[in-house]
Amino acid sequence: MLDTLLLFLQRTAPELVQGTKITLQLALIALSLGILFGLPAALARVYGGVIARRLAIGYIELFRGTPLLVQLFLVYYGLPDLGLTFSRLFAASITLGLNSGAYQAEYFRGAIQAVGSGQMVAARAVGMSRLQAICYIILPQALRLALPAWSNEAVSMIKYTAVVFLIAGQAKILAGRYFNPIEVYLSVALIYIFLVFVATQIMGGIERKMRTPGLEMEIERH
Amino acid sequence: MNDETIIRVEDLRKSYQESEIIKGISLTVREQEVVVIIGPSGTGKSTLLRCINLLTRPDSGRIWLKEQEITAPHTDEDKVRQHIGMVFQDFNLFNHLTALQNVTIGLTKVLRMDSREARDKGLWELERVGLVEKAASYPAQLSGGQKQRVAIARALAMDPDVMLFDEPTSALDPELIGEVLGVMQKLAREGMTMLVVTHEMGFAREVSDRIVFMENGYIVEEGPSRQMFYAPKFTRTREFLGKISELYGENRPGEMQ
Amino acid sequence: MEFLKDLIFLINYLLQGTGVTLGVTLIALSTGFLFGTLLAVLRVYGSKPVARFAAVYSTLIRAVPVVVIIFILFFVIASIVDLSPFLSGALALGFASAAYQSEVFRGAILSVPAGQMMAARAIGMSRLKAISYIILPQAIRLAIPPWSNEAAIVLKDSSLVFVIGVPEILRRAQYVSARTLEPFIAFSAAAAIYFIMTFLVNRGLDFFERRYRILM
Repeated sequence: MLDTLLLFLQRTAPELVQGTKITLQLALIALSLGILFGLPAALARVYGGVIARRLAIGYIELFRGTPLLVQLFLVYYGLPDLGLTFSRLFAASITLGLNSGAYQAEYFRGAIQAVGSGQMVAARAVGMSRLQAICYIILPQALRLALPAWSNEAVSMIKYTAVVFLIAGQAKILAGRYFNPIEVYLSVALIYIFLVFVATQIMGGIERKMRTPGLEMEIERH
Repeated sequence: MNDETIIRVEDLRKSYQESEIIKGISLTVREQEVVVIIGPSGTGKSTLLRCINLLTRPDSGRIWLKEQEITAPHTDEDKVRQHIGMVFQDFNLFNHLTALQNVTIGLTKVLRMDSREARDKGLWELERVGLVEKAASYPAQLSGGQKQRVAIARALAMDPDVMLFDEPTSALDPELIGEVLGVMQKLAREGMTMLVVTHEMGFAREVSDRIVFMENGYIVEEGPSRQMFYAPKFTRTREFLGKISELYGENRPGEMQ
Repeated sequence: MEFLKDLIFLINYLLQGTGVTLGVTLIALSTGFLFGTLLAVLRVYGSKPVARFAAVYSTLIRAVPVVVIIFILFFVIASIVDLSPFLSGALALGFASAAYQSEVFRGAILSVPAGQMMAARAIGMSRLKAISYIILPQAIRLAIPPWSNEAAIVLKDSSLVFVIGVPEILRRAQYVSARTLEPFIAFSAAAAIYFIMTFLVNRGLDFFERRYRILM
């Protein structure tokens, strides 16, 4: 079994490498979108007026309360029904981004709240506006506090991209037609193990560099 | 007091990492004797107790419980611990069980007693420490002094040959110390063999038969309590006793008699 | 009117998928629970090689996407025994969840104060008895909040067995969307059902947690 596995890896190396590249690209895009959606949502929840807060909560609850796969189906098959058609990559990116954003929003919110109201009060007392206080005092601390949870999300994002390849109908799955499916998926698994390992090391290094004695936040996702 | 030796420790040594905590201790506790160990913190007193009931394995030396050498290889440690009772500084009551359940769990799960029999015995032991009305309470609902008394009842329920007390009142608020010392004094009067590590000099002076002064892993001096308090042989002993009596006071409200 | 009839048919059909989804979730959660607690106990109390093995196993499984695990196990099981996609999907999900649940329980076991084990041994309990009667009962109660998280995740991940053809909510939604040519409504309905289920599960577990919380 091992030699057929190796043979398989040899034969499909170029596709696997290509697939890995796409995986990483997608993960990166989704993570960045996640910050783009998540951070404002968190800020809205903590500092926003009633409407902003409600909207933020609605967004977060919606994307955390439904499976990623269902969200992907909705965006990729459901939206065209309403007249909005996207390319595969775009649909995947935006859905993953929105999904990740909802979870990131909660990590950021927890971190912002952990910074403590005393910091805001002190900043205002020095004469800063709310916005300045958030930018110069709250966020720098909150982002550091959120780092452990966020790096967990970053590493996990690599895994979530796998779901995307299901509806995108990837070469990986097509390859299953010509090769023993167990070998296909085992190789895929091995690649993921490797990617996750590397990503964990990288994030661990970043965490160590930026370590601030602070809160350990509950990690929520896989 | 009988002459049977309940605990005998011979040349005990224990090290943690690089430092030697216990440097060759020998000790005897006879039946119905109350022996109090005193000394500065961190000098191995707690470690000594934990070696005696084999919670910690000594590096060398031998320990006997009555006629059995419990440090011999192939000793059933769990069985040995059924005969030695221990009361901890932090109580360590089982948080998910009521006071009564804390007392009976050893009876039902270890001694395989019938549950009704265990319940009766449990209530009797709680009565003995004055807490039978708290039988259905959970540890979180009890005061520190009550928790410690339940812990004592839990240890007593196993009918041990000897009771080890590891600074039983050090984690208690001052007003609550008296109720625990009262129970301990009662036990002593009933003839229980006790080995107590404590800073409570009043208890040591009034209740103990012998005092052992430990420092830096050695026994500096030991002897009958009257002698130790009024005419210790070593200067160091005198120094320490003097300081401690200053800090912890002679008599306290709610304490004994 | 026709549209309304369609809608009712669709909702009904989807709701039947709820039973399947819940079935998959429950089997996965219970398998994960049994196996996960075992793994956690091995990691905390096992001998060095055993603990090492359990740790490596847990790390490896958690590094692989759940959907890939479902595929692998499906094909592996299919080559040995003839199991329905429902069962093999549920078991695969359980198998994966066990690795995550072992992390939860490991954390909980380590949160039980060290003195509890000492006190249990001091009254003569063997290590096994101490773990069974003193440590685990407390650890499980401590684990309820993070475990509820995991339960919600498993509920959502149950949609992944779609890929091996299990007729749970999502697959049914797909069928309905093909039949009625109303994909948006079909998938929105599916999303709504999941949303309600997740909400109810979270509420239920919150209640459970409040009732069995241990005050330390």
